[in-house]
Amino acid sequence: MNWDEWIPLLVVASSLVPGLIIFALAEERVRLRTALNLLGAIVKLGLVGVMVWGVYREHIYETRLVLLPSLELVLRAGPLSLLFVTLSTALWLVTTIYAIGYLEGAPHRSRFFGFFSLCVTATVGVALSGNLITFLLFYELLTLSTYPLVVHRGTEAARRAGQTYLIYTVCGGALLLLGTVWLYSLAGTLEFIPRGFVNDLGPEHDSALIMIFILLIAGLGVKAALFPLHGWLPQAMVAPAPVSALLHAVAVVKAGAFGIVRVVYDVFGIGTAAALGVTMPLAWLAAFTIIYGSVRALFQDDLKRRLAFSTISQVAYIILGVAIVGPISTIGGVVHLVHQGLMKITLFFCAGNLAETLEIHKVSEMNGVGRRMPWTMAAFTIGAFGMIGAPPIAGFISKWYLGVGALEAGQSWVILVLVGSSLLNAMYFLPILHRAWFREPPDQWPADHQFGRKETAWALLLPPVATAVFALGVGLFASLAFSPLGWAKLIAAREFYQP
Amino acid sequence: MPEAFSQTPWALVLILLPLATGMISFLWPRLAISLGLVTAAILILAVVGLGWQIHSLDGGVYHHAVGGWGAPLGIDLYADGLSLLMLTTTALVGMGVSIYSVAYFEHEQALRFWPIWLLLLAALNALFLSADIFNLYVTLELLGLAAVTLTALAGSKAALDGAMRYLLATLLGSLCYLLGVELLYHSYGTVDIATLAERVAATPVVWAALGLMGAGLILKTALFPLHFWLPPAHSSAPAPVSAVLSALVIKATFYILLRLWLTLFNPLNESVATLLGLLGAAAVLWGSLQALRQTRLKLLIAYSTVAQIGYLFLAFPLAAVAALSTWNAVAYLALSHALAKAAMFLSAGNLLRFGGHDRIADLDRVVQRLPVTAMAFALAGVSIMGLPPSGGFIGKWLLLEAALEQNRWDLVLVMLLGGLLAAGYVFKVLGHSFTEAPVMHEAGTVPKAMEWAALLLAVAAVVLGFLTVPVLAWFGLGDVAGIGGVGS
Repeated sequence: MNWDEWIPLLVVASSLVPGLIIFALAEERVRLRTALNLLGAIVKLGLVGVMVWGVYREHIYETRLVLLPSLELVLRAGPLSLLFVTLSTALWLVTTIYAIGYLEGAPHRSRFFGFFSLCVTATVGVALSGNLITFLLFYELLTLSTYPLVVHRGTEAARRAGQTYLIYTVCGGALLLLGTVWLYSLAGTLEFIPRGFVNDLGPEHDSALIMIFILLIAGLGVKAALFPLHGWLPQAMVAPAPVSALLHAVAVVKAGAFGIVRVVYDVFGIGTAAALGVTMPLAWLAAFTIIYGSVRALFQDDLKRRLAFSTISQVAYIILGVAIVGPISTIGGVVHLVHQGLMKITLFFCAGNLAETLEIHKVSEMNGVGRRMPWTMAAFTIGAFGMIGAPPIAGFISKWYLGVGALEAGQSWVILVLVGSSLLNAMYFLPILHRAWFREPPDQWPADHQFGRKETAWALLLPPVATAVFALGVGLFASLAFSPLGWAKLIAAREFYQP
Repeated sequence: MPEAFSQTPWALVLILLPLATGMISFLWPRLAISLGLVTAAILILAVVGLGWQIHSLDGGVYHHAVGGWGAPLGIDLYADGLSLLMLTTTALVGMGVSIYSVAYFEHEQALRFWPIWLLLLAALNALFLSADIFNLYVTLELLGLAAVTLTALAGSKAALDGAMRYLLATLLGSLCYLLGVELLYHSYGTVDIATLAERVAATPVVWAALGLMGAGLILKTALFPLHFWLPPAHSSAPAPVSAVLSALVIKATFYILLRLWLTLFNPLNESVATLLGLLGAAAVLWGSLQALRQTRLKLLIAYSTVAQIGYLFLAFPLAAVAALSTWNAVAYLALSHALAKAAMFLSAGNLLRFGGHDRIADLDRVVQRLPVTAMAFALAGVSIMGLPPSGGFIGKWLLLEAALEQNRWDLVLVMLLGGLLAAGYVFKVLGHSFTEAPVMHEAGTVPKAMEWAALLLAVAAVVLGFLTVPVLAWFGLGDVAGIGGVGS
């Protein structure tokens, strides 16, 4: 039996199976549930490790199952897939630990963790998809499995946020479906290959291809929260903090951005896309989203909403890097997929800690909170400086490669966008840090849950500290081969230079 | 054993077994439940057996002359991939509904339910195995009467109202159909479909027959704008009956329409196909919009049926060019709709039993209190919306593919809009069942069997999305969908 054919399927199954079992568990089986969750996450991480090592040595892992007589369900591990799989698998483990702490004693945890596992299953499936229909399948599964998480609290506000989320994502899904079927009826295949599969269609199909590109990008742009399709993201903030982390860093937004990377590189091919003249408008749209998100973030007093608008801005970096068309900007965009994830998840964990421990939800309530919760705010500070782009944190690396890539591609206007956005980032993050570290704390916090001598529960404190250290680490050790940057270079090299 | 298995006349079993057990359960009501369950199980076995026999036949078509008298004098039983698909659907839904009904019906109602339900199964199976248009009429009439009786079973005013409307519509439909049959018989001297297919030509009489039979069948299938009788009937019937009506009974008339279309009327004219497509599109949009407006769960599901029937008719204008993928799409849509819609109505029955009402806005806490039912509704909804992975998605994909190949953007748009609206009404229900209102009253208990029967059907609709190859091979037996057909 050839194991290589089964590893991608096993990676998907390693969260699906625990998820399905968890659904059936009674609410009070906390230990078994926790054990299943962690077991699934660790098995998945191990399997992904095997694949990373294999793909580095140009090994191929591929699972094929028949879906329709002429279409297959393909799971394939390539460099780009693995970048995303590794990110979401590692962050899933961390987020699971965080969620266990966050939801301690809360109701409906079996349901929550069941859908949580399904959500990661869908994300990993999105990452490993070897063709567009497999991608579509998991992309829709992601929509379906995140909905119960968004409405988890069961309040009227949650129901409405869920409704908004669905209106956006289901419409996006329909556009994606239309684009996919259309593409299939034109090209007769949907298999992702480097430099795309539409090159030899001939010029008479150009206008159809442009329409398909718009449909696909619009469908994916909804999840990637690209302007003007971003409206659901700030509203979805009513969900519990681990879900926000999942939406912003691990799964949903990332799946959209990842999909755009896939469509540009492996469906159209960057050369064909540029020749069709669709990359420039995409770059402008991304640039506008970057500035727009940052400006909106400036005016939010609600901490999670501010972070949400920041996500809208940051995810557009990924798309900008892809749309500039050039090897170095590709590195910048692709690596930001990981970097943004690490930094943003840290920030959301910290926001969740503030809310859980002191019931602080607003920026204006954060005066002096650094003294009460130094570790949490230290992690927050690293994340915030990373977002601003201060060296040596991860965000700096992304911005550096984006800037250099833009210059190399002869698009110096991008530098202005990068500088402007960094300034705006500083304008909405630094006041938070100033409040937290340098202002006097109030006489009394909105509430104060004590956890012995620690500032908050272990399960809440360790995840943000770990991800902050990672965000610092991937910046410091960026030149190693297995760092996200090294891996992104591998991806760009295979996309641009291999025969 | 394999010898006995392949020699058993499974087609006869499919008809005679439910007929016999129906009568026995009328005479000895105490046996009804066990007989019903055993029958449902054997029907699944019988379909597999029949499929096995057809599969091993050359050409993939099964003929059986009852009593040794073949057409045109005797009664012929006939089965190909299309019949097999419908029989499979009937057996699967029949099993789910039977399990559900054991727990659903109280003593008094159970006495009346089981004999008629088994009779209805016999009528359905006989209909799918008929080889001539007159037998189709007979089985159609049997089916209609059984269905109306079941609708009235609850005995409430709403139920009787709905049943009466249903009775009038179904009788009118059968009457039209019968007139068409007579015209054809008068002109060609036969009612055997295969023989008719050789002789039929585009004469005014055939046109009249087509018009009458088509109108009658469309009325009974509840295609827009002749759907008026469906929502009250389907929403007022007891839950398992609603499930059967939406999943199977209207599919039976659609089957006849499709069968006649493929064999007799297809070569006649394109404008009829266009008209059917147009009505289908209107049904998708109108039904979905109406479903979205409803405040009662069962009415919502009933209007959703009106919409989903529309999809089946979208295929007619597409089939002229892309016959294979279009009819495959129809097969998939019909099968997955049957499973998913049955699951939806059964879940609605559970919610009704649980809360004592089916007001959508007051479904609060259902997800916490009845997680299995909520899951069943959600999974069925996935298939109805046509989201992957599910049988509904496969059907929609194939139909979209056929439409795009022919640049039928109008139909593409209708399908996408229909999907979006379906998502709207499915999630309207799900959203309200997540909210946590204070408990206002003591909730009724829902037996486990009712919850799991619904979930089983819903899971089947989703799993169907991964079984394309065997299902399409099953359906492809006898080349029903191919250009060849039976007639030419």
